[in-house]
Amino acid sequence: MLIFLVGLLAATLRVATPLIYGTMGELFCERAGILNLGIEGTMFFGSFVGFAVAYATGSLWLGLLAAIAAGVLAGLLMGLLTVSLGVNQHVSGLGLTLLLTGLSLFAFRLVFGTNRVQPSIPPFPQIAVFGSLPVLGPIFNQYLLTYAAIGLVPVVWWLIYRTSFGLKIRSAGENPEATDAAGVSVFRVRYLALGIGGGLMAAGGAFLSLAQLGSFIFGIINGRGWVCIALIIFANWIPLRVLLGALLFGGVQALQLRLQASGAKVPYELFLALPYLVTIAALALAGRNASAPAALLKPYRRE
Amino acid sequence: MQLSLRVERRPAPLWFRPLAPVIAVLVTFAITAVLVIAARANPFQAYYYFLIYPLTGKVSASEVLVSATPLLFTGAAATFAFSAGYWNIGGEGQLMAGAMAGAGVGLLVGGLSPWLAIPIMILAGFAGGVLWALIPALLRVRLAVDEIVTTLLMNTVFSFFVSYILNGVWRSPTSGWPQSPEIAASAHFPPLFAGYRPHLGLALALVVLAAIWVVLNRTPLGLRMRSIGLGMEAARFAGVRVERTLLIAALISGGIAGLGGVSEVAGLQFHLVETLSNNFGYTGIIVAMLGALNPIGAAIAALFLGLIGIGAQSVSQSLGVPVYLGDVVEATMLLVTLATLVLQNYRIRRA
Repeated sequence: MLIFLVGLLAATLRVATPLIYGTMGELFCERAGILNLGIEGTMFFGSFVGFAVAYATGSLWLGLLAAIAAGVLAGLLMGLLTVSLGVNQHVSGLGLTLLLTGLSLFAFRLVFGTNRVQPSIPPFPQIAVFGSLPVLGPIFNQYLLTYAAIGLVPVVWWLIYRTSFGLKIRSAGENPEATDAAGVSVFRVRYLALGIGGGLMAAGGAFLSLAQLGSFIFGIINGRGWVCIALIIFANWIPLRVLLGALLFGGVQALQLRLQASGAKVPYELFLALPYLVTIAALALAGRNASAPAALLKPYRRE
Repeated sequence: MQLSLRVERRPAPLWFRPLAPVIAVLVTFAITAVLVIAARANPFQAYYYFLIYPLTGKVSASEVLVSATPLLFTGAAATFAFSAGYWNIGGEGQLMAGAMAGAGVGLLVGGLSPWLAIPIMILAGFAGGVLWALIPALLRVRLAVDEIVTTLLMNTVFSFFVSYILNGVWRSPTSGWPQSPEIAASAHFPPLFAGYRPHLGLALALVVLAAIWVVLNRTPLGLRMRSIGLGMEAARFAGVRVERTLLIAALISGGIAGLGGVSEVAGLQFHLVETLSNNFGYTGIIVAMLGALNPIGAAIAALFLGLIGIGAQSVSQSLGVPVYLGDVVEATMLLVTLATLVLQNYRIRRA
């Protein structure tokens, strides 16, 4: 039983890692007033670019950097559409997801052809911090990117709540007119937030191809971006709750995988659907009182 | 010499309006030509195979109609809801719900004549789409929960549900992969032209588009819907019962997407399969936006995207350009069109 729980906990951290990056990325965007539905595509793009660059250069770190850069670019493109042009945020976000997904698939076929053999690279190793610890050791045997994801939480909290940059992001998402009147460029703040957000989302995607799998498969993201969209609501746009929510959602998935592997007859689809159902229920309960950033979805124009 | 420019808000003249989509298409092809060149193909040759070649043979031209059929439905569904400012992006799930309901009925109607079986199945599909659209719609009108995220999340929930059913109770015992048993022969949609694959679903889609054109442009409901789409508070002030109207718009939109699901099951696949929808729900949003929320525009856009879908296959077969070029072209065209629609309202002037 203890071994099962330790294994479950270790797996939970792995499953939660891309969710933490993705949701933190979405947090930046939404706190600044932009619903970024490009997340699913940005994570996919990040996992592809990371893999392709690591494959070509032999350096996982270069791959990760390239993925983050690609994510930043994706965020800026979202900015061009929603911030500069003021186009519908949800339609541009979905368009961005379709574009980046198509582009990644196109480029993958172009570079790697249709080989039967899945191209792969030696992935990032797991690092045992307390390797000698009896029983509990496996929990602390994680990828560097997983440790970094957990370290990211206090950093984002500090950035959002304790710096003037964070204040600007929050005010751009709550009341852009007042922010502008205070002499802060809403456009600049939103572009920055989208850039940071895109980079984080892509890092989450790259974690899957560079650490967990060591290869790029078409179903690599498989709706994880949409889970993040649910998670940000579930977490009420608060960084610490994002971590808790990601661990909770991750724990459910990890449990589902273990039960399936153990041959137990469980409707695993129900487990997979749980994050979405819980979020919709949470939305229904919060109803009018949901604390979404007030200017979310509203384009800002200086007239 | 310093040239200072300023941007001013000024709508484009009327003669420019019909040119905007043409410009968007040209810009899209200019951008995506980079990918064609990256694939070591000649862009002009590629666009010949993309846009002209599929129309030169009867079989491939009929395939364009087949691939446009689901997009006509999902495009109509999105156009209808978006006109009222209800952002239903749940077409994907609603289409699958309609497909499941249609397939369920299609399995049972073996004893009936096609004249009875097919209408019952169509109604079931509509009802399936309505049901799956109901939860987000009620959340929106009763609790003011924004529909964008809920409709989106419901898509994934339904795909898990389909997977659960197809791997469990509905799994055909004779098939190697998860799919339902085949629907009754009397429930198959008849082909429109003997020997070719376009089926009754295409005709049904065109009827639906004509119907929503009439509703939107010639009925009080359509007027109320469009007034909400233009400004919800103003419509409310003018006495429109906003919640009730949005509910109707949302449910009809879901039902139309559901019809798209029936059409795929009864006209093409004859089974319920997990891969029934190739992002049709999401592509329907592209169709609606390219069609400028006009049913006639949506019909043209759906046929054009159907052409791009088949064209991408012919480019892939003849020039070895990866077939995903089609997806990139569709998404690029959406983003360029959105930008063009905004930009046509601005002018750059010398200050």
